[in-house]
Amino acid sequence: MTQSGVNQGRRRFLYIATGAVGAVGAVGVATPFVKSWFPSEKAKAVGAPVSLDIGNLKVGEMVIAEWRGKPVFVVRRTAEMIEALKSAKLKERLTDPNSDVEQQPEFAKNDTRSLSEELLVVEGVCTHLGCSPKFVPEVEPQAYDANWQGGFFCPCHGSRFDLSGRVFAGVPAPSNLKVPPHRVDGNILTIGEVA
Amino acid sequence: MSNKNFKPAWLDWIDRRLPVSNAYEKHMSKYYAPKNFNWWYVFGLLAMIVFVNQLLTGIWLTMSYVPSAAEAFNSVEYIMRDVDMGWLLRYMHSTGASFFFLTVYLHMFRGVLYGSYQKPRELIWVFGMFVYLIMMAEGFMGYVLPWGQTSYWGAQVIISLFGAIPVIGEGLQEWIRGDFLISGITLNRFFALHVIALPLVLALLVVMHVLALHEVGSNNPDGIDIKKHVDDKGVPLDAVPFHPYFTVGKLPQVVLFLFVFCGVIFFMPEGGGYFLEHPNFEMANALKTPAHIAPTWYYGAFYSILRAIDFPIFFIEAKLGGFMAMGGAIAILFVLPWLDRSPVRSWRYKGWMSKFAIIIFAIAFAMLTYLGGQPVTALNGILAKIGTVIYFAFFLLMPWYTKYEKTKPVPERVPE
Repeated sequence: MTQSGVNQGRRRFLYIATGAVGAVGAVGVATPFVKSWFPSEKAKAVGAPVSLDIGNLKVGEMVIAEWRGKPVFVVRRTAEMIEALKSAKLKERLTDPNSDVEQQPEFAKNDTRSLSEELLVVEGVCTHLGCSPKFVPEVEPQAYDANWQGGFFCPCHGSRFDLSGRVFAGVPAPSNLKVPPHRVDGNILTIGEVA
Repeated sequence: MSNKNFKPAWLDWIDRRLPVSNAYEKHMSKYYAPKNFNWWYVFGLLAMIVFVNQLLTGIWLTMSYVPSAAEAFNSVEYIMRDVDMGWLLRYMHSTGASFFFLTVYLHMFRGVLYGSYQKPRELIWVFGMFVYLIMMAEGFMGYVLPWGQTSYWGAQVIISLFGAIPVIGEGLQEWIRGDFLISGITLNRFFALHVIALPLVLALLVVMHVLALHEVGSNNPDGIDIKKHVDDKGVPLDAVPFHPYFTVGKLPQVVLFLFVFCGVIFFMPEGGGYFLEHPNFEMANALKTPAHIAPTWYYGAFYSILRAIDFPIFFIEAKLGGFMAMGGAIAILFVLPWLDRSPVRSWRYKGWMSKFAIIIFAIAFAMLTYLGGQPVTALNGILAKIGTVIYFAFFLLMPWYTKYEKTKPVPERVPE
C-alpha cells in the first residue's frame, strides 16, 4: 500500500477507538484491586453498629456498651445535671465549653453534647492516654475538686470531665471525650451510625 | 590487557546475543565523569550501597517475620533473640533506613549546591524526587511492621492526615486502613507494599535515574559543561572513565562510611531513640496512646511544617492547611529545575543572594528536622513557623534572586 493511500481520518478514529476500549478495560481490571482495599465483610461485621435497649436505664445511672473495641458510656442525666451543664460558672472552668474541636457529630455540638438533652453517649476513653475514666455523678466535694458538680474522673493521670464529657482546664487531657455517631429509635440506642 | 580488540570467545558468543560488553563500556569504562568531582559526589554511590543492604537484609528478615497483628511484635522479638544473628540483620535494616535517608539528603543537597538539576538534567532530578517520595512511603510502612506503640500511633497520625481532605477524607482513611481502625488488615497490606510493591518501583526508578544521568553526563562542582571540549575521539578532555577512576578512587570514602555505619549498628542501633523510638519496644495498643508521638528523624522537617500551620488560612481550616503545606513542601521540590533561572549552575559562580539562600535554607531544614521530634512548646512553635517560611521562601523567591543577582563568569575548562 502506498503512503498516499492511507486514510488518516480512519486511522485516527481507529487509534482513538482502540485506546478508548483499552481504557475501559483498564478501569475494569483495576476495579478488583481498588475494591479489595475497602473494609472486608468480616471487618464490617466486627465494626458494625451495636444496638442496645436503654428502656431500663434509670435517671442518673450509666450503662457501658462496647463498640469497635471501645467502652461507650451511656448516661441518662437528671434535670439538675442538665441545668448544671448550661451554667456559665461551669463553662469558664472548661477547655472547650462550646465543643469547637471536632470530637462529636454535628448534632452534638451543644451544651449537653447529645441528641436529646437527657441521654449522654460518649466514648469512655480518656483523650490523654486512653485510660477509661470513672463515672462520679455525685455532687459533692472530692479530693481532686472541692467544687465537684458530677462528671468523669480519670484515675490514671487525674483528668476530669463534666457530665457531657467536656474536659476541665488544667488537666492532662487536651480535648473533650469523643461522642460516637449514634441514633435513638424509641428505647433502642444504636451506636455507630446516625439516623 | 594491551590488545584492546582481544575478546574471549565466550564473551563474543554472549555479546552477539546480549550487549553485555556494550553496556559495560557505556556505563562503566567509557562513561566519562568530570575529573573535578569532590567528596560530595560519593553520596549517590553510598545510597546505592545502602539500598542493596536494605534489599538483602529485608529479604532475610521476611523469612522470620510474621505479618499479623497477633504475631508481628513477637516475631520481631524472635528475630532479635532466637534467630542466629537475627539481631544483626534487623539492626542492619533499621540503621540502613536512617542511613539511606542521610545519604540521599546529602546527595540532594549536593544537587542544590552545584545546580545539578539544571538543564539538561531536569529529568534526573525528577526521577530522583520520585525515588525520595517512594522512600518516604517505604520507610513509613516499614516502621509500622514491628507493630509497636510508635508503629501503631505513628500510622494513626499519618493516616488521619488524609481525613483532612474534604468530602472523601473519611472514606479514604477507611480505604487505606481496610478497617474502621488500624488493625491487622492494615498491617498486612503495608507488609505487601513494603516488601514487594514499593521496592520494585524503587529499583525501577533508580534505574531510570541512572539511565537519565548517563544520557546527559554528570555535572561537576564548577557546573562546567565538559562536553564542550573533547579530543578527536569525542572523549571530554576534563573527564576520566568512571571505572576504574571513580569506583576505585572512592573506595576509601566507602570504607570510611561503612566504619561509621557499622559503628552505629554495633554500638548505638537505636540511635538514641531517633532511629528506633523507645515506645516501639512496647506492643501496639489501640487503647493506650503513648505520651509523646514523634516521627522518625527523616520525616521531621515535613512533620514540623505540618504542625506549623495551626491557624486557619482564609476558609481553609488548620488541619487541612497543615496537610496542604506538608504536601506542598514535598511537591515544590519536584519543580526546582524550573525555579532556578540562574545562567550558572554551581553556587561557586552564583551571586551572594543564592549563597545566602542556600545556607539559610540548609539551617532551616536542619532546624525543622530537629523540631519534628520535639514536643510543641511556645518557642518550638514559633521556630517551626519561621523555618516553614524560610523553606517556602527559598523556593518561591528563587526565580527572582537567581535571575537578577550578579553571577561570576564560569571558566571554559575545569581549573587545575
